[in-house]
Amino acid sequence: MSETTLSPEFKLISKWIRDESRVLDLGCGDGQLLSYLKTTRNTTGYGMEIDPKKNIQAIAAGINVIQSNLNSHDIYDYFDEDSFDYVIMTQALQVVRRPDILLDQMLTIGKESIITFPNFGHWRNRAQLLLDGRMPQNDALPDTWYDTANIHLCTFKDFEDLCAEKHIQVVDRAVVNRYHESSILMKLIPNLLGEVAIYRVKRK
Amino acid sequence: MKSVGIVSSQTLHVSTPLNMVCGSVLSEYDIAYETYGSLNAEKSNAILICHALSGHQHVAGFHEGDKNPGWWDDYIGPGKVIDTDQFFVVCSNNLGGCHGSSGPASTNPATGRVYGPDFPIVTCKDWVNSQNELRQHLGIDAWSAVIGGSMGGMQVMQWAIDFPDKIKHAIVIASAPKLSAQNIAFNEVARRAIMTDPEFHDGRFIEAGTTPKRGLALARMLGHLTYLSDDLMGTKFGRELREGKLNYNFEVEFQVESYLRYQGEKFATKQNFDANTYLLMTKALDYFDPASEYGDDLTKALSHTTAKFLVIAFTTDWRFSPERSHEIVKALLDNDADVSYAEIESRHGHDAFLLPNEHYEEVFRTYLTQIAQKDLTAKGEQDV
Repeated sequence: MSETTLSPEFKLISKWIRDESRVLDLGCGDGQLLSYLKTTRNTTGYGMEIDPKKNIQAIAAGINVIQSNLNSHDIYDYFDEDSFDYVIMTQALQVVRRPDILLDQMLTIGKESIITFPNFGHWRNRAQLLLDGRMPQNDALPDTWYDTANIHLCTFKDFEDLCAEKHIQVVDRAVVNRYHESSILMKLIPNLLGEVAIYRVKRK
Repeated sequence: MKSVGIVSSQTLHVSTPLNMVCGSVLSEYDIAYETYGSLNAEKSNAILICHALSGHQHVAGFHEGDKNPGWWDDYIGPGKVIDTDQFFVVCSNNLGGCHGSSGPASTNPATGRVYGPDFPIVTCKDWVNSQNELRQHLGIDAWSAVIGGSMGGMQVMQWAIDFPDKIKHAIVIASAPKLSAQNIAFNEVARRAIMTDPEFHDGRFIEAGTTPKRGLALARMLGHLTYLSDDLMGTKFGRELREGKLNYNFEVEFQVESYLRYQGEKFATKQNFDANTYLLMTKALDYFDPASEYGDDLTKALSHTTAKFLVIAFTTDWRFSPERSHEIVKALLDNDADVSYAEIESRHGHDAFLLPNEHYEEVFRTYLTQIAQKDLTAKGEQDV
């Protein structure tokens, strides 16, 4: 895989991963992240994915992939406590039935978690709701309100409130726009200007 | 799709005695097998196919004069899922079978009599040990993959457990780590059907010049029930009547009755399946339980395996449901083993593993392509 085709999000994540660690990627999609981590960090572990087509792509990427629906299967059916160094979930927190419970589970089976999600508090979303009076629809959130997998959208603040409530420590946070670029302004007012957040969290 | 064409079976005579799990010793025996494609110079491209209960070594291509191909011809051949342009494919008839390997219908070399009920009870372990003789005979260092569905999948697991350095990939399809009480119960009814047939003659029916056709047909009818899903039976037959009306008698009235009778008849008469073999195969299924040697801990049983696993299950399979495959996957995950799992949407119940299915084929093909790209340093000799 060439560096150019790789999502910048993956590169950011890779920086946080120690060499030789065990990684679980929930909703691993086509397996590119795990495959990248395997190459750059010599990681081992598994991907989990519900979509049959993406499963096949993940097999083609040469990673271990377990086909599973995390809304109907309990993650403890698969993994025991402290099975992984990192449990990663990119762009999937907002589609699960109970993100709060899953977060607990991720930090039970893994020592740390890396989570990315779209920021509903981004100014464009706020502007669409405020000025147009309709649910935001844009590049980051392309689906209609009635046909979206994103059933639990949240803002950075919402997520950090949840972490605080659950005594989860935010170890690292990267806030980027849709091109995965960051800026000084974005660091100053992330909840307004950041489109995607990448969090590294662990139990306190 | 191309076929491997006209093929024929070969026989390996093994004169190294086989110490069987049941305590018996087979001083010599035959293994009937077929091969397709060619072994590469590195001898690294061999795949072993393990057959299911009523299967045999004729897995692909056509025997001279036959209209029907081998039982998994949809999946094996040039350019097919198991690509014989890339892989050297081997399939052998299980010991105790009735298609050329030594079994109850063979002559006991010690007595000159047909074995019949005297053929020792065989287990998965015995099969793997005898197949290992075939591996050595063919000059194969290690199987690139061992693949099997249902009972064949159990053999794949046994290979991975007993010969970890002789198997690189284990593909376990529509299988289970052991039979459930319900599975054993179905087997027992099948065995009773055969053994209570007056033509069974305590297993010496060949010498009596007959076969327990009715019992065997009943056993097969029962088997078919467990291979199909309720949903499929519903859409395939529903309550459809053969003559369009109820006759209020015990003749065949519903289409499903006609189908089952036909399948039973075909198996017992046309396919000439040996009734003692059927008994042995169901027993081997009942006995399969690799965890039992490890304190009933499947994780421990699989802890020494080094093969990479692909486990596949089918949504409507109730004989060996996806939950049964999950048991295998969970034990492998506990060992941090390399494993991928796919659950295939299918209406065909347990039978699905033999039938065409786009998702199934793609998973299977992609996995094998990975093997071919990574593990085969040189392509098959026919490419040269």
